[in-house]
Order: sequence, then structure tokens, then C-alpha cells
Amino acid sequence: MKDIKILAIESSCDETAAAVVKNGREMLSNTIYSQIALHTLYGGVVPEIASRKHIEKINYVIKGALDEAGCTFDDLDAIAVTYGPGLVGALLVGVAEAKAISYARKLPLVGVHHIEGHIAANYIEHKDLEPPFMCLVVSGGHTHLVIVRDYNKFEIIGKTHDDAAGEAFDKVARAVGLGYPGGPKVDKCAKNGRADAIAFPRGHVGSNIYDFSFSGLKSAVLNYLNSCRMKQGLDGNVIYSSKTDRPDFDPFELVDPDENITVADVTASFQAAVVDVLVTHTVEAAGQYGFKQVAMAGGVASNSALREAMKNACEAKGIKLYYPSPILCTDNAAMIGCAAYYEFISGARSGLDLNAVPGLKLGER
Amino acid sequence: MLILGIESSGLTASAAVLDDEKLIAEYTVNNAMTHSQTLMPMIDSVMKSAGKEPEELDAIAISRGPGSFTGLRIGSATAKGLGLALNKPLVEVPTLDAMAYSLYGITDRIVCPIMDARRSEVYSGAYVFEKISVDNSNETVFNMKNILPENAGPVEELVEKLEKLMDDSGKTDENPVTNGLKGVLFLGDGVKPYRELILGKMKTGCSFAPEFLSRQRAASVAALGMEVFRQGKYISADDHAPVYLRMSQAEREAAKA
Repeated sequence: MKDIKILAIESSCDETAAAVVKNGREMLSNTIYSQIALHTLYGGVVPEIASRKHIEKINYVIKGALDEAGCTFDDLDAIAVTYGPGLVGALLVGVAEAKAISYARKLPLVGVHHIEGHIAANYIEHKDLEPPFMCLVVSGGHTHLVIVRDYNKFEIIGKTHDDAAGEAFDKVARAVGLGYPGGPKVDKCAKNGRADAIAFPRGHVGSNIYDFSFSGLKSAVLNYLNSCRMKQGLDGNVIYSSKTDRPDFDPFELVDPDENITVADVTASFQAAVVDVLVTHTVEAAGQYGFKQVAMAGGVASNSALREAMKNACEAKGIKLYYPSPILCTDNAAMIGCAAYYEFISGARSGLDLNAVPGLKLGER
Repeated sequence: MLILGIESSGLTASAAVLDDEKLIAEYTVNNAMTHSQTLMPMIDSVMKSAGKEPEELDAIAISRGPGSFTGLRIGSATAKGLGLALNKPLVEVPTLDAMAYSLYGITDRIVCPIMDARRSEVYSGAYVFEKISVDNSNETVFNMKNILPENAGPVEELVEKLEKLMDDSGKTDENPVTNGLKGVLFLGDGVKPYRELILGKMKTGCSFAPEFLSRQRAASVAALGMEVFRQGKYISADDHAPVYLRMSQAEREAAKA
């Protein structure tokens, strides 16, 4: 069979990314221009700034991906692009660019769901992984427990009712003065703390045992920090509201001198509460539905505590666990090219009227 | 010389194919549909109507702003994708220049395109057409000259600036370009919301272009783009970005703080 090479473009949030993927599993290039440094100034992603940066960088990122793959447009079989979910203004840049390339080079266009991409990131590094399997998708915008029935068939069995897991990390990071992005910073800080120092609540939702809720946990952390402040005779606002990193940040700073509790203890205990719920739900669901393969996807899948706890829990149940390298957990285009390949060979094509769909649901086309 | 003009800075989406001086095809839609869905099929259609393949294009002329941030980016990303995939240059045409150019040959008035910029402001510029005689001919050609740089601001401010220009128009020495002008001709989607305010504030004569001449269109963008391209003022598609004339809200707030 002839090789299929797909150029993929991803611009759903604050990374401008392009990649060339061969036959769905072989990553020939994976170029990412990250805007994190820029958004750090504002304590989070600013959609208008993200969209402006995408426009400035997109051609360079695409050229970089083609060069690294040793390809020209002549070598390509299709163009893939993320068309949702995400920030609409950001998505539109990638979608318009991809459609123009598709038209100009008469190449088929394949619109890809961002989460389908995250799940597919696992196929790039794990050649043995094939559906069906249970997948936990955790990122700044999503917390889904998904049964991957086939490459393009998904069933969501659990989702968050409020904040995404990554969102909770960002909010707690801000409250303790760690700054943005919260995920990796909390992960690092928590290594210095005791996960059992404070018993934060494990959020459960009555209606569906596999659903998630993280807003209660976030509030519990903020309330805890406030009560510590009041104990110290300070006013009861969130300890630090600074938008940016504090250069003098000290993980061993005491928030409750009486109990000898440090900032690191707070982050470690918060992280443990998140990880506990994610792992319990995933492993229980895998058991109930009879899956011996579990995968993780999305930015939070890089979290070291989550990886370790999930590994231990899966081993105990004889489940094989898969997760991508951190570079493929973060938003990237290689994962989009991988997902696009399976859509492409099943005949999926998008027209020149493809629109960005910020609230696109998994499995919809 | 074959140029594709793209315009999506406002409510209209428009694409045009220009072969030297000849406008072969133009497609303009002013029906509040999302440009994201309509623009690329319109380009496909206008190229097919013109009987041209994308690789035959010599350049892409893009209405580079100001305008709706998202609208501009849809046009820009489209132009950048075409430029990249075809390895053809881009010509950046200021949106307000292209709007004024639709009223080529108006010599007794300042031509003033205004675009609704929300937050009680307009994007505006002001232009005059200077007569240039052609040797040994009874033909007159016009040179479009910008007399107020593109700007985002309240209509009241624009009116003040226009009045100042009109005050000077009687004094030949001080401002020869506005000499003998009888008033201002407004066009653009800013007319509808600000017409009464302008009429109330302006002391000198005002006119408003009829709707069919009042909106952005790609033919104008392509025609100005052709001139600019011939002067060698084109850029790589990689380096193009819209001109917004405004910072994002987050940047404005950060600047204030």
C-alpha cells in the first residue's frame, strides 16, 4: 500500500503547531510554537492575543514542520486541521489556513476533533495499542472518561460537571502564588510536600459514578488558605492573588505555623485529591466494562503523581497502561495528523466551508 | 498579471480576480453569514468563473485592516495559506484605502470611509482625489491622496479633524490639497449608526454614498493591490499579519494598570 503523508495544523488554544505524520503512526515532524511565556503575563490564556500570535507564526510553523519532515506540499496526501473544541478565534486561524492550502494544492481536507487527537497521541509511541480501550482525557479544558470503541468511535462515560482537572490546577497554583501554567508548577512544588497533610474532599457526583467535579475541591483549598490567613491575624482573602510568578516563591513557606503546614503540603494534598478521583474512576470503569488496556491523554497526563498512581493501580488489576511522552500530551499537531489518518482512510472529508466549532462534541462530525 | 483580491474586514465577504486592468470576476456577499464558512467557497467559485487555476495567480491582495479582528484573521489566514501553498507573494492593501478607491474621481469633496469599530468608535481615514492632466490628451486622471491617517477613535474627534481640514480649504497656501472642497462624502458601515450624529456636528456639507458603493469590496482591494504589486511593494505570505489599530482588551487593561 502507498504511504499516506498528512500535514496537520493545530491552533485551538495557545500553541501554534504543525506536523507531518506518515501512515498515522510515524511522526516525521512535530513543530510547536508555544505562547506560554506571553500569556504568563496575564495569568492565563488571553484569546485575542493567542489568535494574533497564531496569525504571525502559522506559516513559519508549517514550513518548519515540512522542512523537518523533508517534505514539500507535493509529497502530501491530505491536510488535517483541528476544528474544535477550543477558542473560536484561535481555531479559525488554523481552519482558514488549512482550507486555503487544501484548495491551492487540491489536497483532501480532514477536520479533526481536538480530543480525538489527544487520544490518538498514544498511537504514535505505542505501536501495539489498538482500540478498544478505556481512555482518561485530562487537560486544562477537558476531563473525560472515554471508551474508545474504534479509531473514530467514542463513548463518553464520565465527564466533569464544572472545572476541568487542569483548570483546578491553574486556579490553585494562582492562589498559592505559583503562577501560570499551574499544572507543571504544582507538580514540581508538590514533590516537596506531604500528600496526606490535609484531607481535602474527593469530589463525587451522585447522578453518574464516573462523572467528575473539581470546583468543590478548589473551593476547599481556597477556604483552607483563607482560614490559615485568619489564624495568622491577616485578612481572610486568598493568600496570594498575584497574577504572575512570585520570584521569591518558597515551597517551604508556612501557611499554618501551628500545624507546620507548608505551601508544598497544600499543593501535594490538593494534587493527591485530584489524582485519587481520576485513578479510582478510571480503574473502576475499566473493570466494569472489562478493559485490560487503559490510556491517558491530554496535558494533565504528564503529571508525575497521576502517572505513578495510575501505573500502580493498573498493575494491581493486571491492566496495561499507556500514556504519551509529555511533548505529545501537550497540544501538538502530530496527534491531529494521527487521528486524521484514521478518519482519512475511513473516507472522512471536510469541505471548503469547514467552520470552527468551539463546542464540538467528541464523536460528532 | 493575475491577482486575487480578498476582503473580509467587515460585514461583507468578497473575492475578486483581476487580470491586469480587467476585472474578470467578483463575488460579494453582505448577508451576515460567517466569513469562515463562506470565504473559501467564494474564492473557489470566483476562480472557477474566471477560468483560472490557483497556480496561475501572480499575487494575492489582502485587505489588511483595520476591521473586525476575527474577520481580518479569516481573510489573512486564507491569504497566507494560499501564498504559502502556491509560493506567491502577498500585497497588503489598507482597508480604508480600498474603500475610498471605490469612489474614484470625486474631486469636490473629502472622501471619508468610516467603519463601525464598536465601543462608540469608528475606524476612519480621509482622502482626496488630485487631478493630473495627461499630456496631449483631454483625459484627466486622479491620484488618491490620504489626508488623515487611518485611526480608531470617536466620531466626534473625526468630525473635528474634518472641520479643521475644511476650514483650511479656503486658504490655498496652507493646505492646497483641500482647496476648493465643498464638503465630506462618507461611506462605510459606520454611516448607519453615526449618520445623525455626523449631521448634527458637522458645520460643512455632508453626503453619504449610496449603499451599493458604500461597502468593502474585493475588486477595489485587487485594483489597488495591482498598482502596489507593480511598484514592487509585496511581501512574503509568512510575514503578513493584519493591522488592527487597536490592542487587545487585556493589553489595554495591562497598559492602564
